[in-house]
Amino acid sequence: MKASPYLVLAFVLMVCFTLATGIEPRAATWSNRSKSDNVFSVLFGDGRRLFANQFFTMADVYFHSGYYPSVFDLREEGQKEIVAESHGHTDSPEDEIKEDFLGKPKDWIDRFGRHFRITEHTHLEHSNEREILPWLRLAADMDPQKIETYTVGSYFLRTHLNRPQEAEAFLREGLQNNPSSHEILFELGRLYDENDHDTGRARDVWQLALYRWSKDPEAVKDNKLAFEEITVHLARLEREAGNWQQAINWFQAAQKVSPDPNALQHRIDEIKKKMAAQTNAPAAVLH
Amino acid sequence: MNTIWTLAGIVIKELYRRKDFYVLFVLTALITIAAGMVNFFDDPKIVRYVKDICMLLIWISALLIAIVTTARQIPAERESRTIFPLLAKPVTRGQFILGKFFGCWLATGIALLVFYVFFAIITGSREQHWPWLTYLQAIWLQWAMLAVVIALSLLGSIISAAPSSTTTICFIAVAGILLVGGHLNTVALHQSQPLQTIFYTIYFLIPHLEWFDIRDRVVYDWGLVSWLDCVLATLYAAAYTGLFLLLTWIGFRRKSLNT
Repeated sequence: MKASPYLVLAFVLMVCFTLATGIEPRAATWSNRSKSDNVFSVLFGDGRRLFANQFFTMADVYFHSGYYPSVFDLREEGQKEIVAESHGHTDSPEDEIKEDFLGKPKDWIDRFGRHFRITEHTHLEHSNEREILPWLRLAADMDPQKIETYTVGSYFLRTHLNRPQEAEAFLREGLQNNPSSHEILFELGRLYDENDHDTGRARDVWQLALYRWSKDPEAVKDNKLAFEEITVHLARLEREAGNWQQAINWFQAAQKVSPDPNALQHRIDEIKKKMAAQTNAPAAVLH
Repeated sequence: MNTIWTLAGIVIKELYRRKDFYVLFVLTALITIAAGMVNFFDDPKIVRYVKDICMLLIWISALLIAIVTTARQIPAERESRTIFPLLAKPVTRGQFILGKFFGCWLATGIALLVFYVFFAIITGSREQHWPWLTYLQAIWLQWAMLAVVIALSLLGSIISAAPSSTTTICFIAVAGILLVGGHLNTVALHQSQPLQTIFYTIYFLIPHLEWFDIRDRVVYDWGLVSWLDCVLATLYAAAYTGLFLLLTWIGFRRKSLNT
């Protein structure tokens, strides 16, 4: 008996289709890939983290309006300035000198070539900070576990662009992808405190951030700055709320890890003075 | 001079008959428009990334048009044997080289103009701001740089018989100069002899095409380069273009035209 090739082809196709319908639902559970994975993780796998770092660097390049060292320029690899700015750091004259990666022209070609390049160190301002946002968005899509992307993006959205709602949404997205991140919780607390003036929520979120920090052995060992930031912000919040003893307790906790404990002691002393003045005031009224 | 312009005219006609330019322009337009339509945090004023992407595509497209168009000129004339009646007109070999050069350069200039008009429309529609003088400087410097690239490709096309190898070598050389050329002196500082001397020699010999790349100034709104610097850069480009054309002419004079 001789089977028609079309019949064989139809039979093979039918077998393929039947197998596909049976195997496909099971195959979905074989890999660890969840349905929430975005198109980038499907396309690039773990390689997308490299792109995420590059996009994050691009945000810093845009923040400097193109004044940025290349791989050939010698510069200490430090914290990116968009990250430093989100932690409230501003450039000192020493920093400016450190960031002059060009130095003096080495020859006439270098000297003349600088007439066409960007040779001035500036930072974006007057709401032009918005230009860094596409790169942060892409960095977050490429690597949802890169926490700095969310904290930096949120900082610029709420402080420079006056868009706290978008900042909160971005942080919440970050929190969804990184539920145990104390950094995102800290930034969320800042948003509630500084933009929404909701001290109750800010306190709760910062306390949760502190709890998350304490549960992260790596952070406890290496990231004392995070502990200091959270406790100092909690102390300020309690001081503004008039809970002075609580404020002193938080400042004292921060002192244990602070590189400048004397400055914090000064603040504690100020609060103690106010407390003393308050306790003496009713006595004076009685006399 | 008329002979040179006639030859140049043929090359220009060839550019708009071929599909290279249209394909590259449509690709650039599609990618730029798609990038511009992406919504980042509901902020319609974000524009620099669109400018950045569009400028990069313009640079890549212009380089491709310049190198590919130039690299096939002489080999195509030889292969189809049209070079023989052409040179018997009489057209001297020098006029032939100059005609091909000006044709490719003008054709690339026309393509560049179309690209920049598109760029100005796209970015201006978002920014509501048209820094025409900056665009003029950008296009002029890029065109001056392309003159060097075209002259180099023409030189390559008489050395190598296959347009594909000329295109590849020229593209690698130009990309290398644009990306690394300006940093060779820094690299040389960290090398021991004789590598240091070799790097320095290359650094001082190559045409510094990276000077002509003022994309960052356009993207980040840094304003104009001094006009005197533009003139000096143009003279620099003219000197290298002249040198490469002279070498091409010398090579072409001695070259047998039989394939």
